[in-house]
Amino acid sequence: MNSPAVILRVTDLCKSFGGVRAVSSVSFDLSDGELLGIIGPNGSGKTTLVNLITGFIKPDAGGIRFRGKDITGWPPYRIVTLGIARTFQMVRPFYQLPAYKNLVVPLYSPRVRRLAGGKYGDRDAVALDLLEEVGFERDAYVSYKVASALPQGYLKRLELAKCMALRPDLLVLDELFSGLSLAEVAGIVPIIEKLRFQGMTIVMIEHRLKELFRIADRVMVLNYGEKIAEGSPETVMESDAVKKAYLGSET
Amino acid sequence: MKRRKERIDRGIKARSEDIFALTSYREMLYLLFPRAVPVVILLGLTPLLSPYWQEVLISTAVYALLAISWDMLICAGLVSLGQSLFYGIGSYIAGALNYYWHWSPLFTIPVATVGGGLLCTILLLPVLRLRGIYFAMVTLVLPLMFLRLVEATRILGGTEGLTGLTPFPGQLTALYVIQLGLLCALFGFRRIINSDYGLIVRGINDNDRAVMSAGLNIHWYKAQVLFLGASVGAFTGAFGTHLDMFAGMPGFALDYSIMPLAAAVVGGTGTFAGPMLGAFILVPLSEILRALGALRIVFYGLFLVIFVVALPEGIFHYLQRKYHQFERWVEVE
Repeated sequence: MNSPAVILRVTDLCKSFGGVRAVSSVSFDLSDGELLGIIGPNGSGKTTLVNLITGFIKPDAGGIRFRGKDITGWPPYRIVTLGIARTFQMVRPFYQLPAYKNLVVPLYSPRVRRLAGGKYGDRDAVALDLLEEVGFERDAYVSYKVASALPQGYLKRLELAKCMALRPDLLVLDELFSGLSLAEVAGIVPIIEKLRFQGMTIVMIEHRLKELFRIADRVMVLNYGEKIAEGSPETVMESDAVKKAYLGSET
Repeated sequence: MKRRKERIDRGIKARSEDIFALTSYREMLYLLFPRAVPVVILLGLTPLLSPYWQEVLISTAVYALLAISWDMLICAGLVSLGQSLFYGIGSYIAGALNYYWHWSPLFTIPVATVGGGLLCTILLLPVLRLRGIYFAMVTLVLPLMFLRLVEATRILGGTEGLTGLTPFPGQLTALYVIQLGLLCALFGFRRIINSDYGLIVRGINDNDRAVMSAGLNIHWYKAQVLFLGASVGAFTGAFGTHLDMFAGMPGFALDYSIMPLAAAVVGGTGTFAGPMLGAFILVPLSEILRALGALRIVFYGLFLVIFVVALPEGIFHYLQRKYHQFERWVEVE
């Protein structure tokens, strides 16, 4: 069997804010269909890394290649059009719109239009189907509620549905599970597993290690902007550097 | 036994945006009535007015159009203090075409509308990334710069302006031209903003990063909205030029920036009908108060304050809510 193709290659990525090195010389490869977990203590540069990959922040140095194409410093909308979608840690719905209308925005994007070959039909109907897929009960008319009236669990699902609407090749989930109950997490995990089964490559930033380690192929650990460990969930959990970063060292 | 007022949204299907709305004459009338009001008032009653009030109506419609143009920009989160830029540019384009090349208003007005919209968009393109007060500052400064540019370089007639331009055949023609423009802008913009395209535009105001992460180039959309708003503003400028037979520095006057803003705030932003309603209250009010002489501005200001304090959401939003709700008294234990 051939080893799967590299979909994303990050080389020596650096970003400083003032004197703080948020991300320093981080490199990693991501193969097609893989689920990579990125963990690390607070302020270790995880979200900055996501912002760099998705173009919301421009890197000081280093390169990002997606499917062999250099996308370093590209604006977010071009990166999305190429096939990288992301969720935000702090959910960003359009609060005044009904939930399903939130999905009309990504469904309007050039990427979706291109994938549909110019025929995109009724966006509202597609939106309602997508919301059902992420667990908005159709009978209860949750999809028609204004986003500001939805509880956190639904907002997180809405955030996920907004990415799914873009049909990305690479999905970057920034702490999708944070602020959710165990039951809510248990509801979302099967959706992510289904996406993986459909062949989507996924990067998950997560604090909920237990849930992450169950589904991740590979885990990368960041601390103070540097990569301190990488490997299968089991090996990472045993690594001394990780224990030190999370629990602190005596010395 | 206490009583309290209960407010209920009308549950009839007419509030739906779909085809299902058209199920009975009663519901069709319910939908049609508020939309027919401006059309009937504008087109039907105007010939009955005295020439003086026709003139007032013309200037009301000009300010209403500028207010609608302001409202289009605010939909995309662009706070503008420079409607006079659009007015002035449109005015000078139409004026110059007529003065130097003797084009008829039939051509100068459309060319000034599109060309003025394009020119203003290009001028503001570099600052389109700025948000809120920063964008507002630039729009405020630009018309003042143009004013001094014309004064200092004496181009386009300098302080004298371009005079003796072709007028409209009659006051009634002028009235119908501006009213047609007003109705087109009102219903056209309302249609645009309620479409999926409008959803994106409002999304940019609401949450621009979410729109960016949906793979849409927000600056491109902002530029389109700016073009739409600026075109409407330039249209009023071109119209005003032929009405006054004059294009000059007053086109960049602050009035054209402040009045639309006041009209939009009084009427209620984001609906186009609100700012138009606001203009139709404020401009005639200012004419009525003319009898008071110097005290006019005092009372005018007082009215403005009362409007804003009593109905901060805007008159139109209030009326809309009342129209779609009914009230009844219910007894509570």
